[in-house]
Amino acid sequence: MIFLDNLINGLSLGSIYAIIALGYTMVYGIAKMLNFAHGDVIMVGAYIAFCGLQYWGLPPVIAILAAMAVCTVLGVTIEGLAYRPLRQAASLAVLITAIGMSYLLQNIALMIWGANPKFFPPTFINSTTFKLGQLNISSATVITILANIVIMVGLTLFTAKTKMGKAMRCVSEDRGAAELMGINVNRTISVTFAIGSALAAIAGVLLCSSYPTLQPTTGSMPGIKAFTAAVFGGIGSIPGAMLGGVLLGVIEIFGKAYISTELGDAIVFAVLIVVLLVKPSGLLGKPVREKV
Amino acid sequence: MTKAKRNRLIYNIVTYALVIAAFILLQSMIANKSISRSLKGQLVPICSWIVMAVSLNLVIGISGELSLGHAGFMSIGAYTGAVVSGWLLNSFAVESTLLRLVLAILAGGIMAGVMGALIGIPVLRLRGDYLAIVTLAFGEIIRSLVNVLYIGVQDGHLCFSFLNRNMPEGVTMLVDGAKGAVKIKPISTFAVGFVLILITLTVVLNLVNSRAGRAIKATRDNRIAAESMGVPVTKYKMMAFVTAAALAGMAGALYGLNSSTVVPTQFTFNQSINVLVFVVLGGLGNVLGSVISATLLTVLPEVLRAFSDYRMLVYAVVLILVMIFTNNPLIRSFADRLIAPLKQLLRGKKQGGDEA
Repeated sequence: MIFLDNLINGLSLGSIYAIIALGYTMVYGIAKMLNFAHGDVIMVGAYIAFCGLQYWGLPPVIAILAAMAVCTVLGVTIEGLAYRPLRQAASLAVLITAIGMSYLLQNIALMIWGANPKFFPPTFINSTTFKLGQLNISSATVITILANIVIMVGLTLFTAKTKMGKAMRCVSEDRGAAELMGINVNRTISVTFAIGSALAAIAGVLLCSSYPTLQPTTGSMPGIKAFTAAVFGGIGSIPGAMLGGVLLGVIEIFGKAYISTELGDAIVFAVLIVVLLVKPSGLLGKPVREKV
Repeated sequence: MTKAKRNRLIYNIVTYALVIAAFILLQSMIANKSISRSLKGQLVPICSWIVMAVSLNLVIGISGELSLGHAGFMSIGAYTGAVVSGWLLNSFAVESTLLRLVLAILAGGIMAGVMGALIGIPVLRLRGDYLAIVTLAFGEIIRSLVNVLYIGVQDGHLCFSFLNRNMPEGVTMLVDGAKGAVKIKPISTFAVGFVLILITLTVVLNLVNSRAGRAIKATRDNRIAAESMGVPVTKYKMMAFVTAAALAGMAGALYGLNSSTVVPTQFTFNQSINVLVFVVLGGLGNVLGSVISATLLTVLPEVLRAFSDYRMLVYAVVLILVMIFTNNPLIRSFADRLIAPLKQLLRGKKQGGDEA
């Protein structure tokens, strides 16, 4: 029973990681950059939803939609102001800019909402507990896992079937060639950031429904873990992000339950290192052949 | 002497001269008591951050590998230094603080170097972003592990314990889990920090300009070409990585022995990023740039203390703007056009001087 309990908790945490990892992996695949500010977009999304619920008295669904809207605008703005001028620059310069952006978001949040942790109010997401035999499953767990599956299927269909999805695949394969074929690369990258940031808002709300303390640094650790999840599954691959996220969550919860609470993070990262050593491009990543 | 050689010599002399001049200036200011208290407290940390930045520059700028776990090596050094210093005092009654400090720094360097070698062997097989993520993971692992590490000293013996605090009665704790390394006697001095900077500069500048350094740079510029010319790529990458790790460990020991406690949360991912920022703002591969940017960026938040709440905000904005202004081709060419007449003017004068 405890085993099943842990498994379900792991799947739920892993689903949150997976949703965040999708944002990382899409941006990496298309813009070829590590968007370190992604974790902080999650935090902003969670704060907006918090304000909507707590101060403005919005119904939960509207609050979540508001958070998604704000994050989408935020993501596109960040991309346009900070990353677009550096499109041709060395990847390290873009990385440092992203890190600066992450500091900036954290400090703006610190100024607006203060350093004291806020308690995320309960919503329909975590209102009930299902009883399944001896198992107690929170509705937050169920909704998180379901949301993950829906997002995953939706994104796969989006990239496979729509015109924009096709453009995304082209840009990720060869940006120069895509541009020559008349694909608007800047717009494609903006749309990618918009989708990733909207997903980050959802992830923020789900994260805070399961772990309700909210402060300006809330996003950084899940952000780093989700990033490792994206690498774990093979960065740039959408099913990879899903698989990596879920596995990482399960490993973390099992590590904490059966080995040591304090070493949970260490175990996650150790597994990551082992996987990368055996399969350097991640679980589902395609090895890149070098051309001379 | 060829021109390149002469330029290199001038660069090295300028680097050493600036560091030595700064040291003499600061020492005389300390003697005059004309230095502010907060700056005086910053001197030893500045020394360790300079060593950290120069050593990370060796990995990122010279060897071309992105490492995001440099603070991990620093924490190994800090902990080793604290334990060695405490052990020497407690068990061998070594009263000389200088001797203890030097031995602690050496031990910190060796320990971090060994760890660097252990990690480097598997990790340097990976490339680019994957190397970055593994070093990041490694830094986090180190932080988690020292969080549950307990080391005590009793009757000349060190007692180690992991996960649980199983310690005999009456033991003096040196490392106490999440509380970190406790009851350290602060023995770091600015003079030792200065010597450490000089050692670091000597090691890095000599390595860069040696046969091995040229091999490392060749590997950075084109791995395949270097490999096909018979350069043993892994060996040279390891050389840079382990040297950097050992130097970071020494910096960590110096840093740790400057205060009375060292806690695991001092050496997080953010700290690695801070050092990375020093390196990038100072210029990749530019050792003097690392020294200057590490100094300025360590002092800057203190100077900005007047803004208190806004200082990190300002820091973040400055970081983003500097990156955009130095890397955007449009802005760059605009700046070049502004500078071009000045350059022309200088060159014209010089030529005129030659003719006369």
